[in-house]
Amino acid sequence: PFANNLKMAPVLVLWLAMCLGATWAVDRGNFKTCDQSAFCKRQRALKPGDSPYRALLETMELTNTRLTLQLINDNNKVRLLLELYRLQGNITRVKINELKPLKPRYEVPDVLIRDPPTEPLSVLSQDESGVVLSLGVESQRVIVSVRPFRLDIMEGHDVLMSLNSRGLLAFEHLRMRKDTGAQYTLVVFDFQATKEEEEKAEEGMWEETFKSHSDSKPNGPSSISLDFSLPGVEHVYGIPEHADDLKLKTTDNGDPYRLFNLDVFQYELYNPMALYGAVPVMLAHNAQRTTGIFWLNAAETWVDISSNTAGKTVFGKMLDYVQGSSEIPQTDVRWISESGIIDVFIMLGPTPKHVFSQYASLTGTQSFPPLASLGYHQCRWNYNDQEDVRSVDAGFDEYDIPYDFIWLDIEHTDGKRYFTWDPHKFATPKEMLQGLMDKKRKMVAIVDPHIKIDSNYKIHNEIRSRGFYVKNKDGGDYEGWCWPGNAGYPDFTRADMRAWWASMFAYDQYEGSMENLYTWNDMNEPSVFNGPEVTMHKDAVHGDWENRDVHNLYGLYVQMATADGLVQRSGGVERPFVLTRAFFAGSQRYGAVWTGDNAAEWDHLKISIPMCLSLGLVGISFCGADVGGFFKSPTPELLVRWYQTGAYQPFFRAHAHLDTPRREPWLFGPENTALIREAVRQRYTFLPYWYQQFYHAYRTGEPVMRPLWVEYTQDPATFAVDDEFLIGQNLLVHPVTEEGARGVTAYLPGKEEVLLSGLTSTPSRSTTIPVFQRGGSIIPRKMRVRRSSSCMEHDPYTLYAALNARGVAEGELYIDDGHTFNYEKKEFIHRRLSFSNNVLSSVNLVPDSHFTTNSWIERIVLIGSSKPAKVTLKTADGNESQLEFDFDASMSVVTVRKPGMNAGADWTVTLQ
Amino acid sequence: MAVPCLLLVLLLLCGAASPVEVQRPRGVPLSKRQFYEEDKPFTCLDGSLTVPFDRVNDDYCDCKDGSDEPGTAACPNGSFHCTNAGFRPAFIPSSRINDGICAVIRMEKEKARMSGVFLELDKDGDGFVTVNELLPHSELDPDADGTFTETEAQGLLGGVDKVDAASFESVWNNIKEKFHSESHTDTPAPEETYQEETKEPASDNDSELYPDDDIPEDDDDEEDPEDEDLDEGDYKVVPYSASPKLCFPPMQSFFKLLNEGKNKSVSRNLEKEISFDFGASAEFAYLYSQCYELHTGEYIYKLCPFNRVSQKPKYGGSETNLGTWGKWAGPEDNVYSVMKYEHGTGCWQGPNRSTTVKLTCGKETVVTSTSEPSRCEYLMEFTTPAVCQEPQNVGTTFQGHEEL
Repeated sequence: PFANNLKMAPVLVLWLAMCLGATWAVDRGNFKTCDQSAFCKRQRALKPGDSPYRALLETMELTNTRLTLQLINDNNKVRLLLELYRLQGNITRVKINELKPLKPRYEVPDVLIRDPPTEPLSVLSQDESGVVLSLGVESQRVIVSVRPFRLDIMEGHDVLMSLNSRGLLAFEHLRMRKDTGAQYTLVVFDFQATKEEEEKAEEGMWEETFKSHSDSKPNGPSSISLDFSLPGVEHVYGIPEHADDLKLKTTDNGDPYRLFNLDVFQYELYNPMALYGAVPVMLAHNAQRTTGIFWLNAAETWVDISSNTAGKTVFGKMLDYVQGSSEIPQTDVRWISESGIIDVFIMLGPTPKHVFSQYASLTGTQSFPPLASLGYHQCRWNYNDQEDVRSVDAGFDEYDIPYDFIWLDIEHTDGKRYFTWDPHKFATPKEMLQGLMDKKRKMVAIVDPHIKIDSNYKIHNEIRSRGFYVKNKDGGDYEGWCWPGNAGYPDFTRADMRAWWASMFAYDQYEGSMENLYTWNDMNEPSVFNGPEVTMHKDAVHGDWENRDVHNLYGLYVQMATADGLVQRSGGVERPFVLTRAFFAGSQRYGAVWTGDNAAEWDHLKISIPMCLSLGLVGISFCGADVGGFFKSPTPELLVRWYQTGAYQPFFRAHAHLDTPRREPWLFGPENTALIREAVRQRYTFLPYWYQQFYHAYRTGEPVMRPLWVEYTQDPATFAVDDEFLIGQNLLVHPVTEEGARGVTAYLPGKEEVLLSGLTSTPSRSTTIPVFQRGGSIIPRKMRVRRSSSCMEHDPYTLYAALNARGVAEGELYIDDGHTFNYEKKEFIHRRLSFSNNVLSSVNLVPDSHFTTNSWIERIVLIGSSKPAKVTLKTADGNESQLEFDFDASMSVVTVRKPGMNAGADWTVTLQ
Repeated sequence: MAVPCLLLVLLLLCGAASPVEVQRPRGVPLSKRQFYEEDKPFTCLDGSLTVPFDRVNDDYCDCKDGSDEPGTAACPNGSFHCTNAGFRPAFIPSSRINDGICAVIRMEKEKARMSGVFLELDKDGDGFVTVNELLPHSELDPDADGTFTETEAQGLLGGVDKVDAASFESVWNNIKEKFHSESHTDTPAPEETYQEETKEPASDNDSELYPDDDIPEDDDDEEDPEDEDLDEGDYKVVPYSASPKLCFPPMQSFFKLLNEGKNKSVSRNLEKEISFDFGASAEFAYLYSQCYELHTGEYIYKLCPFNRVSQKPKYGGSETNLGTWGKWAGPEDNVYSVMKYEHGTGCWQGPNRSTTVKLTCGKETVVTSTSEPSRCEYLMEFTTPAVCQEPQNVGTTFQGHEEL
């Protein structure tokens, strides 16, 4: 803003003062450690040992789809109900709830895409010590041990996973408060009442304060915990979002990894603190098998990891025949959540791709984004006015750098009232949008979920009059401070609220919007400047539930409603594009995420790789980090390196803080401008490949940006690599993330059959991005880079085939209209390109698909080929023609000149 | 279906029919015509490769330097020469060919053309177009009775004897339909071109130019007419192909202004003034002790040259110092084009505010715009006659300096 425009409320200033304070590091004091979070402290005080829980076999009921069984805590006699399901696709679901809770406990809705289809369970054997159930396939069994209660999932002689093997199943049953009298009028069951006396009321059970914030905890203690043992596993991944390595660390000597959506100002790297989003999914991998654990709980969650290579774990007598020696490495994991129930999905692989598919069958896949959103995004807090937008837009033309989206942050609004425009700076938004549209470019404007409390603001009035705001513990509308000052928070957990919100994106509701305007949801943890840990009070009320129960879901719901709005405004025709900062399991269905407010530091560039890799592993492929770093100002070298990295990450957006100097790509001298231009242009040449990868992610749930171990599952050297990564199967990228680097050492996995061909020479200069195409792959590219991706729609393709040692290569080509849902009606071209026996052919993968393109094949580049005598094109109608080609003997590259066939046609090209 | 706008514009800009035809592939500037000889093999301009001539503009990039595809988008580093008939010629990157976007922004062209005509009319270069300078253009005769009288010319000038560049815009609207440039009297009236260009930009469908993408021969139909006009454009624009900088009253005007006592402070603050750099000929001295305001929606910006820049909210609130006089900060060859004001009120957690003032030539001394491209770093556009320089004077002055 201009000087003196900081019409901030005192509280905001105070908050900023605290956070902007003397150092750049996060103010850890603003955020809880496990010790400061009462339930985490209570739970963590419980050490591994004999579980007090015992299975009551006489209560066992087995139907075709479900086994139920009561568990009793022998200390307090509280009973739990265990439900066990075998789900289709090699997944086992374990649910544990109180048998008769005082009031219902929260079960997370709207995350699973359907009731997961089940498969039959059957009892293989049973005696007083336990039950053995068949899981149907591959001699998989579940062993239910009675005393102490535990579950072991086995395949053949191998234990894949054990639950409660360390006795850390802990369920804080709902109870009446003793000291201040009954909070509930419900009759308390005998067996509970008698046990209450055995339990001393611990600090923090009924009320908890953190800094100046009080959490009233009307339901008292309600936390849950369960442990999982993973024999043979040394590498576990996932549970984003953390600014940490890809391979999760053990937490014995520090805090557990925390999952609690928070707006963390200037987050620190390499620690387990919570960040903006939470996906409670962990993957475990060794050379033989990959498995996954999906802990479906939206409350504050902590995850402890320990590695026990000494083999402390004692197996029950039923497992004595297991051949495991004490030297088998083992990872033990413990999940702790503040409320809700235990509802865990055990995904049994056996390969990483099976786990992706299993998880996708539960929560859905990455939404298929509009092609343009895979281009480059230019953002800044803030482009000041329409003239600023116009001149930045013109700058991209002047410097011949492509881009697809320019972004407007909060200052574009009329006083931080979302869905409005500043009447002076953005007086004629449609004119501005039309100007962009004339160049086939697009815009994103921010719409945050905090709503300015202002009786002259339509959005606020409607939400208030419909009773759509989140309530405080006393029943009034919950209010907090955020950008607009005093703000309300719509209750996005309500379907009717979300439907109303979606309707606000209609062109006649959102004034100044047009079809090339898309949306960015920021601050949706939600961020509450004056709330505990800068978020909502846990005792705020969403319908029947506390924020405590639903907290990590809020951001998902905001993006869900917004994406629905963008779909609906087009009558269901156009794909939405919505970026979110907060997320949960399932958020992949609604758009893109970014890693929040990072900083212009080399370590932040580095961490962008494991952060996005971790998100990809748990379904969220459309991930990126602010290129250049949000806080602080990058050196030109860092900025260039960041562009070079971002160009090869899924969501490619530059962003900068309001207080930083301008950093559009052309502001750092001709040399740096040229380097940035080259990086962005490389991105655009690869757009056909990116697009196909996203189509694949949409179909399969496989990550677009993936760790090496996902493809090279048996190569332990890849298991902890997170300074390089793959895009799909075929591109390996090792970005330069060291200041002053003159080279990188890239690990090129794969043995004889996989030869990686360098697309570029050794990265000793700043001009080079270390990117390698896998030998054995074919990558379609568009080499005519234009002002935006839409301008390249009809351009021809160049096919890059890198032959492996056997002279074989394979790839795919996917084409559709780039922006509608018509692909669901099979309006696309999807072809398999394969080269073997010196014949390159294009074959339709989906015979009943129908789409036509103007694009043609302008060039075929065969890397690793010997020189042919002639090259012949044969088209579907049987016509044959000779093609010209060029042979570069030094690189063994054959370049076939202008074969000219349509990209959607059947054809073969034969080298003789 | 998209309207084939680009095709239309390219044809109109570069392809108005002309009986004189010089064979030249699409997108080739006249100056390079000799390298593109039909019936002879074509050698890439970097000498890297020689290919049959039918490879030129065949929509496949053969030359590393892109020179075989001046008229298509096939080469990533190619460029397309467009004469923008009637205006400045331009090279556009080949990536803009057939991208479905109109290549040229209308307003810029209109202004460029108007400026060019102003310069052409202002024969004595005094910064004014006079009745006498208008008279030779009999095509402007309002009643077309064959006699273009002084009164009629005065009428076109809005009832005055002369107009400056700023006022010329309204005159331009009256005459642009009829005006014929003397430098290309044999060309068709440019207004047709102009009118066509002002059509709304609309999308193009690439396939219009390449209905069958793999059959490049189809292009020929479109190329021929375009080639013809390229020739005309090339010489047509020579008179104002340089940057269309307006020339305003030469330096003596300012001394006159000063002498007339318009700037009383000169004598009063003479001592202090001496410490300021008022330019090579003290041409900026008249700005001293003056202040110039710009009112925006929220703020009043005030530039007091050689003193300070400030900002005051319109609706109450205190004034903020955006910087005090620092130095001239233009590029080496034009140091008096940019003023820097520094050490303004500190930004909270940020730098002190500072303002860069860009000076451009204009008759009025006025702040035309202000912005804050980066937080607390302001940019102000300021027009003043003091930066206007008569081209020949500049030349001699410069030479003299260098010789000394």
